[in-house]
This record gives sequence, C-alpha cells and structure tokens, in this order.
Amino acid sequence: MKPPPFEYYAPTSLDEALALMAQHGYGAKALAGGQSLVPTMNFRLAAPSVLVDLNRIPELGYIRPASDGGLLIGAMTRHVQVEKSPKVADKYPLLHATMPKIAHPQIRNRGTFGGSIAHADPAAELPALLRAVGGRIKAQSTRGSRWIPADDFFQGFFTTALAEDELITEVHLPALPAGSGWAVEEVSRRHGDFALVGVMAVVSLDASGRCDQARIALFGVGDGPMLASTAMGVLRGERLTDEAIAAAAEAASQKDVDPPSDVHATAAFRRHLVNVLVQRTLTQAIARATGQEVTA
Amino acid sequence: MSQRVPITVRVNGVTYQREVEPRLLLSDFIRHDLGLTGTHVGCEHGVCGACTILFDGQPVRSCLLFAVQADGHNILTIEGLAPDPDHLHPIQEAFQDAHALQCGFCTPGFVMTLKPFLEENPDPSDEEIREAISGNLCRCTGYDHIVDAVHIAAEKMRS
Repeated sequence: MKPPPFEYYAPTSLDEALALMAQHGYGAKALAGGQSLVPTMNFRLAAPSVLVDLNRIPELGYIRPASDGGLLIGAMTRHVQVEKSPKVADKYPLLHATMPKIAHPQIRNRGTFGGSIAHADPAAELPALLRAVGGRIKAQSTRGSRWIPADDFFQGFFTTALAEDELITEVHLPALPAGSGWAVEEVSRRHGDFALVGVMAVVSLDASGRCDQARIALFGVGDGPMLASTAMGVLRGERLTDEAIAAAAEAASQKDVDPPSDVHATAAFRRHLVNVLVQRTLTQAIARATGQEVTA
Repeated sequence: MSQRVPITVRVNGVTYQREVEPRLLLSDFIRHDLGLTGTHVGCEHGVCGACTILFDGQPVRSCLLFAVQADGHNILTIEGLAPDPDHLHPIQEAFQDAHALQCGFCTPGFVMTLKPFLEENPDPSDEEIREAISGNLCRCTGYDHIVDAVHIAAEKMRS
C-alpha cells in the first residue's frame, strides 16, 4: 500500500501549473484534494510519472456570484468551504443540501469541487448535480480555455472530455429557472458512503401549473451521471399529479437504467431504489416549485 | 529518480526539518520519520479514519496526503493532545470513563476527529455525533459507548 514513485511539482500560479501539464502531458496527473487519486495510487491502480500539486494556487479557490444569478466556483474550492458558505446556502439551496452527502467530514476538508468533477465517479454527487442543473465546466490549458457543458463533459466510467493537458479551473452553476423546485435524495449503506442510488430533480412549472421542464439526474446506476430522459419526457407538458409522478418513476426505473449488481446491491434493488427516489425527489421538487415548505 | 524535497513541518508544536521522497505518505512520515506512532494506519485508502490528524486545525486522513504537501503546515497528532504528561485531554478521559475503546486501534482517529467537532458543537445530539464519526470505523465497540463518551466529553469541555 505504498504509491509508486513520481516526480513532484508544486506550482504557485495557474500559468505555471498549465505549463507543467503541457510539458508532461499523458504521464502527468493534477493533484487536487487527492481524496480519490491518492487511494488509487496507494493501491497502484494509478501510477502517474508526474504529479502537479494544485494546492498552492490560491487563485483557484473561490465562490462567486455569476451574472445570470447562479454561481461560479473555483476548481480548488474545498467541499467544506462550499458546505459552510452562506452565499451557497442563500443562492443555491440544492448545492447546499447536497454537500453534506459527499463523503465524510475528513474527506470534505480536503476534497475539492473541481477534483470531484474531473474524477467523474459514476456514484458521486457533484457530477450528477451538474447534469441536473445544466452546469458548465471551464477547461484551461496553455492552448487556451473552453467551456464544456456538463452533458458533454461526462463520457463514461471515470472518463471526461478533458484533454491530457487541460485543467478544470472553474465551474458554472446556472441559476435555476424561476418557478422551479429542486430535490436531492440518495441511499447509501452508511451516511457519507458512495450512493447505491442517488437522484437529483429540478422541476419548473409553467404559468398554468403544468410541467415546463423536469431534469432528473441519476447517480450510482450507470457508467456516469445520467439523465432519466424517458422519465423527463413523460412529465413534459403534463399536470404533475401523483399518477404522473408514478409513471415517470416507473419509466426511470424500467427504461432509463440498466443498473449493475454488485456486493452492495442487486440490480433489482437498485431499480426499486430508482423508482422510490424519483417519486420522492419529484414530490419534493414540485412542492418547492409551488412554494410549500419541504422537510426532507 | 528518487527526488528528495526539503520540508519544514510543525507537529505538536515542534518544528521538524526533513528531506522526503515525494511519494512518502504523511501517515508514514509521522510514524517512521518522526516516531510518532500514535497515529495508526488501518486501510491506507481513506476509508477507516484511523490515521486522522489535524492539518491546520482540520481533521484529515494522513494516508491521503503526501508528506511534501505538509511543508509549511501545522499538524496535531494524538501525542500533542493532552495538556501535560500526567493528564489526559477531556475526550481521552471520557473514552476511558465510558469504555469507548476495546482494542484501541481506531481510538486516536476518533479522538482527533472529535476535538474540532466538539469545539464547534459544544452540545451535540446523538444524530450529530453519529454523523461526525461516520468517517471512522470501530470494529469492537458497536459505537454506542463512543457516542456516550462524546456526550461526557462535551460536558467536560463545556465546564
């Protein structure tokens, strides 16, 4: 359980870090919070020849309001900073409600916002949140910078659209549409463990109270954070009755997922959880969209 | 190949200057280079919490940091917790009082996790305690006595 040798660099500016990534390319890994990378190195599942430690680049840690009313979060912002930020609690209650579900306190003290997204664990919360809200990821390299929509960013098991010389520098969470409600629910064996199944829902209603758009993101059931597209289609334009919610949950659990069986849960149990959690999140999101108090 | 990096780290109030290989885990640095073996190494992949230390006052898993990353930082381990050699810290006393340890392997990690928790939450509920210790595994106690100990420690620390 000892990591293989590597060359270590601790740049103190983003430019310096990008130059190192460009220079070392494929063999280089960026070290953010290290809460996923270091265990994989300890197991020798990963053996990068170069580590570029981003922890001494203060310019990458911030939470700022975005011009659209959403948030811009610097890649090296630690989970604990997002969790305890009054700005996040005030402007982005979905994110505020999600943070305590991420791992354990010791992990949240080190783990970073950008690191979790770059790692793209299919059972992780933040990638699913980005898909639920239609977030964007800013990737930078010495070649320039580009914004990647979350829907294009996550490409499968621990696989993203990032090129080998690119770093995530910032994440944009757009403001949720007016008249929308949100919810997040997950089931894990122990608080803070990776979810067996998790669901995030954002539902917006039109003036007549029908569903304008529902975004339902699932995690823990596929090879990445995924949208329950069939279920979302079932709801569009509909009045959100209990029957409509049950139909969407049925569609999500039967048509949208093909979950794995493993030591933690069978595929059938995961399907069951998808059904139940989609119903719960939709019910809560609709209640919030219509201005009701929700105690989750 | 084997790059060596000079680091200066403050551990339990003592400043250490050492040269380390970048791949050296902070947990191994603390135990092997500094001889502070109270920090226990269980799973070495961030699951068990036995190696929890305070890094600039915050509990972190020392097996998921490299020693080079601690350069210029302030660390507290279980050895630095008691006020003097004849007295235990209130959390340590409470663990003893409530029989919150049997084999004791996980105990340093629990105690280090709980110190900042109790400083921030002087009167926590059972649920808050269980959440706070959710990142620490104990295979002996079944946790009930640990929760009892946290209540006793909270009371001691309030008075």
